[in-house]
Amino acid sequence: MAETGTKGQDYESSLSGASQTVAEFEDHRKGAAGKIQHALHVNPSLVPLIVLVFAIVLFGLLLGSKFLSPFALTLILQQVQIVGIVAAAQSLVILTAGIDLSVGAIMVLSSVIMGQFTFRYGIPAPISIACGIAVGAAIGAVNGWLVSKVKLPPFIVTLGMWQIVLAANFLYSANETIRSQDIEAQAPFLQFFGAKFNVGGAVFTVGVVFMLLLVLVLAFALRHTAWGRHVYAVGDDPEAAELSGVNVHKTLMSVYILSGLICAFAGWALIGRIGSVSPTSGQLANIESITAVVIGGISLFGGRGSILGSLFGALIVGVFTLGLRLLGADAQWTFLLIGLLIIGAVATDQWIRKVSA
Amino acid sequence: MKRYGHVTAIDHSDFELRKGEILAVIGDNGAGKSSIVKAICGAVIPDEGEILIEGKRANFTSPMEARNMGIEIVYQNLAMSPALSIADNMFMGREIRREGWRGDWLRMLDKKKMEQFARDKLTELGLMTVQSINQAVETLSGGQRQGVAVARAAAFATKFIIMDEPTAALGVKESRKVLELIQDVRSRGIPIILISHNMPHVFEVADRIHIHRLGKRLTTIKPGDYSMSDAVAFMTGAKEPPEIEAANA
Repeated sequence: MAETGTKGQDYESSLSGASQTVAEFEDHRKGAAGKIQHALHVNPSLVPLIVLVFAIVLFGLLLGSKFLSPFALTLILQQVQIVGIVAAAQSLVILTAGIDLSVGAIMVLSSVIMGQFTFRYGIPAPISIACGIAVGAAIGAVNGWLVSKVKLPPFIVTLGMWQIVLAANFLYSANETIRSQDIEAQAPFLQFFGAKFNVGGAVFTVGVVFMLLLVLVLAFALRHTAWGRHVYAVGDDPEAAELSGVNVHKTLMSVYILSGLICAFAGWALIGRIGSVSPTSGQLANIESITAVVIGGISLFGGRGSILGSLFGALIVGVFTLGLRLLGADAQWTFLLIGLLIIGAVATDQWIRKVSA
Repeated sequence: MKRYGHVTAIDHSDFELRKGEILAVIGDNGAGKSSIVKAICGAVIPDEGEILIEGKRANFTSPMEARNMGIEIVYQNLAMSPALSIADNMFMGREIRREGWRGDWLRMLDKKKMEQFARDKLTELGLMTVQSINQAVETLSGGQRQGVAVARAAAFATKFIIMDEPTAALGVKESRKVLELIQDVRSRGIPIILISHNMPHVFEVADRIHIHRLGKRLTTIKPGDYSMSDAVAFMTGAKEPPEIEAANA
């Protein structure tokens, strides 16, 4: 051992003269930019929060109390509640490096099932709602199974599912709308999420409270439970996660089922928001939810970002929409600004990711 | 301690690991080094043959089963999630929940306990030059990442550790640190199977060297008895191997 052992070390003998510090951490990112980059790396929802506060202050200065009133600000919450709930579902899927294009379709189908079961078959509203939620979760389970077991790309799976669910929605509902007055008279529980209550001029609905609670609960679960850490690990590198002992299949299934479930709740909230059950409503929910998630700083490559960011993202869109409308600007300016925000958000994400280089 | 034989994919290759040793596995590309190690840890299920651990039959069907038995593997690609922290990575798949209602009902993790444990383990192995245990793994250098992977294995292994090319991606200084780590782990009495292409490293740390050729164990040698060029000659078939020494562990 001694002889070859020395031989083995021969070529490294000069090393003894070298510095012995090996794995030392050096903060090579110096200066303000480096500090900001580090802070953003640790708290990815900081950017959308800053943009949100900036936007509120800007419109507050331009519009004064017309914008900065409890009524106007809570109106924004009401306007973004559907997108906010769907964006929570979308965030979970995108954190696993997937994408769910079927969120809007699941939401609409669930709301149609809740309505039609009640009115066509005379089933009590709570049971119809449970059925709608179950269908949403089941569609999510099919998505999850196709992604996780059949190993199809999430984009393709949910692109297909979007068409299938939307078509099923129109076929099943026969393109019929259930009128708001009928629901109010016969099954008011369907509109439960639309119930309003006042807190000193601020108007909240059950849907708004649900959205805020949902995001808080998910933020807690993602940060403080093993399941949450697994969601991030799977999005980061599924093979590494599997090797270090994460059940990738189970994690993906749970995420897609939860996404379907949340979308079904969004469908219930949608009835509360618009009053009626309409198979043509909520058509833009998938694009709007992806927009909120991206502006919220969640990386489309998975494993990075915070669900609070998505809520901020949805609120930013809401603030711009209402603010520009109150200013009397053409609605197209809103879309133009949102487009800029999307590109800006992804550019920021790339910059933050540079620390890994 | 462990015997492995009569396998069709890997052709009648015996394999044994003794208590407290570092057994290096060398062999040409395609000789079956990885196959044999994968069969041991359950990533590949052998068609025939048996694995005995401490005299007990243990044919794993997945690496998870092996892990539950106290066998840890350090993969060449390290199997870590770059965006997550060191503590998160060390406990991935075996998180500690908080005691009391927050753990039982909210399934809340005990971050403090996990961070403390991770810090202790890294310090034990002389690795605590990282700034914070909550640093994302992607902000670490290659050597530091390898160190964390080795620390993770050392912290949870009770039977043995398999290391696949632990120094392949590292520079000279960082390799040295990892070799020291390996010896450190051995001094705690945990045997290690070391797969490596790097002859100087193998000859430096290994107690015995298992030379694999064409799916079979060609021989095992003690690094003190032969030179590196002998080992390479055995590996490539340029030289006849010596008789396999009797297994006496």
